[in-house]
Amino acid sequence: MAMTEQRVSYTLDSSLETIDRAEEKATRIATELGFAEDEIMQISMAVREGAVNAVLHGNAYAPDKKVTLAFEQTGQDLVITIRDQGAGMDISKIPNPLAPENLLKTSGRGIFLMRSFMDVVEIRPSQTGTELKLIKHVHGQAAGGKEASQ
Amino acid sequence: MSMKVGSRNIDGVTIVDCSGRITLGEGSVILRDTVRELLSKGNKKIVLNLADVNYIDSSGIGELVSAFTTTKNQGGELKLLNLTKKVNDLLQITKLYTVFDVKDDEASAVKSFK
Repeated sequence: MAMTEQRVSYTLDSSLETIDRAEEKATRIATELGFAEDEIMQISMAVREGAVNAVLHGNAYAPDKKVTLAFEQTGQDLVITIRDQGAGMDISKIPNPLAPENLLKTSGRGIFLMRSFMDVVEIRPSQTGTELKLIKHVHGQAAGGKEASQ
Repeated sequence: MSMKVGSRNIDGVTIVDCSGRITLGEGSVILRDTVRELLSKGNKKIVLNLADVNYIDSSGIGELVSAFTTTKNQGGELKLLNLTKKVNDLLQITKLYTVFDVKDDEASAVKSFK
């Protein structure tokens, strides 16, 4: 673990345990930053889905490949970055899970859920891995002490 | 908390009481194995009681869909009972609320099977 005043990062194995750990860390950090209960759930679930993608679809459980997870507070944003060392995903090929023909598919909802729960979702695939950036704006009584909006 | 299941039979309908988390890994596997075992024994009227399920991820959602379609493909019916707000919200945003037959009381869930 490396840590600065406003940034904390972790290097994790490509394992199922990493997914649970990433979720736990997201929950703890979002709680410490003062997000509302429903926002904490949204952030932790988005991070879990991002970690699932990194471990399963990116690194494919390869023991020699790592997942890096970073949390950063910048101004009024919580910025979460998840990187894998996989071959990079083609995001244009991800089907819309809300399309009638896809509703009964058993997978393909992870990125949709991340986009539903976070304010910004950026996916940057490359030949050396995929970088996922998740941003949640501070809306309520969270860090920074902005006026509550809900 | 990992997932736990227990099943009981009411008027030919199997109620599967689920608790904990339905997520990638153990939770999804337990649900899959439970439904497959019920179907293999001829129990094709299934209600998943999710009252004590406090968390479902996308893999868990996929597992619910798989349970629904597997049961339907074998001539059975699978319904959901007692969704928590979190699970209800997830099914709403994924539009799966319109796919599943969702009940909020056990007696009417049992009676709803043909």
